[in-house]
Amino acid sequence: MSDAAIPNPSAATLRARFGASIGASGVVGGDTIVHVVRDRAHEILAWLRDAPGERYDYLVDVTAVEYRDRERPLEVVYQLRSIPRAAMLRVKIDLARDHALVVDSVVDLWQGANWLEREVYDMFGIRFRGHPDLRRILMWETYDEGYPLRKDFPLRGRFSRAEQVRRALAADLSAHYSLDELSIAEAYDALPADMRERLATGREGEEW
Amino acid sequence: MGGKRTLELALATPGLDAAGNAVRVPLTGSAAAAPEPDLRTDHMLINIGPQHPATHGVLRLVVELDGEVVVRVIPHIGYLHSGFEKLGEYRHYNQIIPLTDRTDYLSAPANNVGFALAAERLMGIEITPRCTVLRVIACELSRVISHLVWAGTTAIDIGAFTVFLWMFQERERAYNLLEAWTGARMTTSLTRVGGLMADLPDGWTGQLRAWCQGVPKTLDEVDRMLLRNGIWLGRTQDVGAMSAEEATNWSLTGPMLRASGVPFDVRKDHPYLDYETYDFEVPVGEHGDVYDRYLVRMEEMRQSVRILLQALDRLPDGPINARDPRVILPAKRQLMSDMESMIHHFKQVMEGVPAPAGEVYFPIENPKGELGTYLVSDGTAKPVRWRIRPPSFLNLAALPRMAEGHLLSDLIAINASVDIVMGEIDR
Repeated sequence: MSDAAIPNPSAATLRARFGASIGASGVVGGDTIVHVVRDRAHEILAWLRDAPGERYDYLVDVTAVEYRDRERPLEVVYQLRSIPRAAMLRVKIDLARDHALVVDSVVDLWQGANWLEREVYDMFGIRFRGHPDLRRILMWETYDEGYPLRKDFPLRGRFSRAEQVRRALAADLSAHYSLDELSIAEAYDALPADMRERLATGREGEEW
Repeated sequence: MGGKRTLELALATPGLDAAGNAVRVPLTGSAAAAPEPDLRTDHMLINIGPQHPATHGVLRLVVELDGEVVVRVIPHIGYLHSGFEKLGEYRHYNQIIPLTDRTDYLSAPANNVGFALAAERLMGIEITPRCTVLRVIACELSRVISHLVWAGTTAIDIGAFTVFLWMFQERERAYNLLEAWTGARMTTSLTRVGGLMADLPDGWTGQLRAWCQGVPKTLDEVDRMLLRNGIWLGRTQDVGAMSAEEATNWSLTGPMLRASGVPFDVRKDHPYLDYETYDFEVPVGEHGDVYDRYLVRMEEMRQSVRILLQALDRLPDGPINARDPRVILPAKRQLMSDMESMIHHFKQVMEGVPAPAGEVYFPIENPKGELGTYLVSDGTAKPVRWRIRPPSFLNLAALPRMAEGHLLSDLIAINASVDIVMGEIDR
């Protein structure tokens, strides 16, 4: 891999096609980064996957970055790869802090995004509209200390050790089933109120 | 829903006929005339794990069964979540390296290398030729170790115990080598940003050469036992198959992706550590089932041995650490006699090494697939974000897709074929 600061041609193609929806782009550490606006991100990513000259058929990673500088927006980061062209592209969506942290899910484009987006939701609280099964993945469903990778989340957690232990011992283990499983298992009454509500209203048409 | 499966159970047989087949007792009387009873019942929900030997760690699978057929698999992960990525935001770059040991703990040296390469690109550090070759040795050695464990444990899950013993014997020999080099068997912490923690001890290359002679023999013995073994074929062929398109769309990676027929290997497509100068092949499967994954991993071990021998042949003399006083500590002897070196050492250890503001994504081909290290720096000595792109996380995510429609016992074989390490999945 050369460090030459030659931008991936996809950056210029994107700008020519989507114009103002493409924000800053540049080469950092040998990788081309393109910022796109949130509202057209799904459309742009779908185009990158399918356009004959692009063919980013492989989603390497979805993650998010929060900077220590409170003024900077959160970023959702997509690492894309075109296996036939052996090219990589990093697409970022800036999420202003005064807006809701919601972006469109790309699970319909790449199935591999399913768990990756769940992890971003779990760790950063960013929601993915249209995700088929958006629930926590590394933390448990009833975890209520917040989102661990946010900068305002203290390293040791929000609750004291004593409180964490108390909650762990008081938890009903049946509540650790997912909504899916609860269509079969009998743990409905042990669920927190918001989960019961989600289960009762169904997951379709959910709006954040 | 996989191929058509019929299960025939001869409950009793009076003996064999002339052709050697079991004589079936025909149903007689009213039972023969009665229609087939409807045996469908409610689906059953069973819970496997998190403490179960066949889940390879603290993985919990909730399985919905229709009889013995898996209708739905819902994996639950996170039981080993330790917040490594969060911890990394509070650590200097060199302090993160021990954390990388504990992600994919079956291939710690390769994880160390992946992180060090990313940090070095971020800081703009060139490593020495000897260090480059030693890191290739570390990566390939850990690939063989990881695949040995995979083959052993998968064979045990499918019912072949011997393979486990043979493979672990080779693995022990490899761990002896790692122990001689780094002082540790599993948590090696081999690399430092800009170099390595130690050079090879005397006589080590000869021992590695001897080990490289022995491993292919063991692999051949295992192949002789499994390759055409009827039970092995029956349990692995057409089980958990993923097509090339599916494997790409599901972001499968490493041997899982290649077994499905996608010829992608980071070492070939985005070479690092001069991999483009080594002569080796990348095995690619055809059917994407458990059997092809077995073939791919076995061949990868042989190719890794080839790379190891080439690396030993070209191993140059010279320093293992870059000549970069920003990141490399002064020599111990200087440190004890020279005030400036003492101050330098103290500042570097206490304040850490600041990385210029920027970011880097560095992929390497780990045994389980593409291990990506995504580092974001704001110019301080601790990263703003250290993201591990864990290969077996993505491979495990496709488990429901692979297992649904197969038998419960196939689920165990499929899960074994994924080669998961929960330390890396949960981080």
